[in-house]
Amino acid sequence: MSIQLEDVTYTYSPGTAYEMHALDHVSLEIPQGQFVGIIGHTGSGKSTLIQHFNGLMQPTSGRVLYNGEDIWQEGYSLRNLRFHVGLVFQYPEHQLFETTVIGDVCFGPKNQGLTPDECRERAKEALTQVEIPEELYEKSPFDLSGGQKRRVAIAGVLAMNPDVIVLDEPTAGLDPKGRDEILDRVRYLHDTRGITVILVSHSMEDVARYVERLIVMSRGQKKYDGTPREVFSHYKELEKIGLAAPQMTYIMHALAERGLNVDVTAMTVEEARDSILKALGR
Amino acid sequence: MGIIKARKLGYDYYEYEEEGKDPEIVHAVEDVDLDIQAGQFITVLGHNGSGKSTLAKHMNALLVPTEGTMWVDHMDTAQSDDIWKIRQEAGMVFQNPDNQIIATVVEEDVGFGPENLGVPTDEIWRRVDESLQATGMVAYRKQSPNKLSGGQKQRVAIAGVMAMKPKCIILDEPTAMLDPNGRKEVLKAVRELNQAEGVTVILITHYMEEVIYSDKVFVMDEGRLVMQGTPREIFSRVEKLKELRLDVPQVTLLAYELRKKGLPIPEGILTIEELVDEICRFN
Repeated sequence: MSIQLEDVTYTYSPGTAYEMHALDHVSLEIPQGQFVGIIGHTGSGKSTLIQHFNGLMQPTSGRVLYNGEDIWQEGYSLRNLRFHVGLVFQYPEHQLFETTVIGDVCFGPKNQGLTPDECRERAKEALTQVEIPEELYEKSPFDLSGGQKRRVAIAGVLAMNPDVIVLDEPTAGLDPKGRDEILDRVRYLHDTRGITVILVSHSMEDVARYVERLIVMSRGQKKYDGTPREVFSHYKELEKIGLAAPQMTYIMHALAERGLNVDVTAMTVEEARDSILKALGR
Repeated sequence: MGIIKARKLGYDYYEYEEEGKDPEIVHAVEDVDLDIQAGQFITVLGHNGSGKSTLAKHMNALLVPTEGTMWVDHMDTAQSDDIWKIRQEAGMVFQNPDNQIIATVVEEDVGFGPENLGVPTDEIWRRVDESLQATGMVAYRKQSPNKLSGGQKQRVAIAGVMAMKPKCIILDEPTAMLDPNGRKEVLKAVRELNQAEGVTVILITHYMEEVIYSDKVFVMDEGRLVMQGTPREIFSRVEKLKELRLDVPQVTLLAYELRKKGLPIPEGILTIEELVDEICRFN
């Protein structure tokens, strides 16, 4: 079970003066169950890339395979694919439309052809997983807080029981606590349901904390692909392509330069703290 | 009296839940006293729904208080005669760059504000030049705004406000939709306006790293102003901020964690350099 991209290129307005390669010969494989982060500055090709994962965009050349099958071959059901690979867009709460929370979350399973009872069962399960309490089910989704709305929108995708969930900047515009809540929930889903999570983020601190593999996009190409630790060791190169490493990386490198024997690959506050205390012999 | 002053400011609205039921009164802002001096750089923090944006909208009379008083440059915002003068003195920049740009060419967008004020043409162009200079957008003046990045669009929006020659500029999460580079660009432009042009800045943000350059921080919770002080004073209170659903910059958090483990590092560390110096004293 995996998503595979084989030498995928996507060209906007081919043959015109505005021709632009949004993806430039990208190959990658994401096995089932991985927690993957994708970073890159605006216009690096991140959004184009994720829309290839569930067949919203068709490569200009190259192949996209899901579980070994070419999703653009004749007779392949893209509709079915989209039930397996759920995409949560930026500001997904803008897409809420039903009069009640539960109704909105039922929309996906209803389209899958499930009975009303099954839909409700799925919706309840999904809402529980994103920690939306039952007393909100019959409320209008528009009366909820920003963080709650976003969790309802995510539940709408979860209710289709996808194997893969792709989240495009799920924390944009949320307060710090709201950010942690969303990402903790996503990690919980990954750990308990075994689903693949693909997280597009602008926050290096977030990807350092949550993902096991990090893909860096730049000018439509895959620039780095490895563990966050490996990727952030290239922090100087990352700056050149408009990105940065987590703040901890800079602190640890500055300390090492001043002769302190710390672990320069520490990425989180906890790792940095322990390494500093050890280096100071405390 | 400072350039923006509030006394016992409150803003209530009615929420109609169901037909036939009595509406509920929501206190979006309650009992806020503040006094902002001309030329200050102010940051406002608070979780989603804490009342920050409602408060900000009082600063250029988009909302008027239901209780208490708000003065902008000595004008009471509840006096509707002064409303246009107030909006000229206190300009506002919002979160989404795409909602704020109206013209098809950058320089025309920047000139839109002063044109509406009836400024003579020569003067408009002079202001457009100055504003584009101040925000670092001169090179893009003849371009179409829709070809710009998010950070560039926000700088155009800021230039548009600047061209109206306001004394204050209020920015409501101007970087929320931007990537790290775009955030840096916008922050740089805002600091430049504050330092070089002496414009009073009120910045609402969720990014703790953007706070450290401000003169003063206001923290909102449940519609009330619950903390105010310098960034160092505010970020010394890690536990209190967490209670308020907020955060501190990662470098401040690391200093706090080290202190908890017995390393005597002072409170309120804000920059990497400060922390590195402190830690190296123990080596």
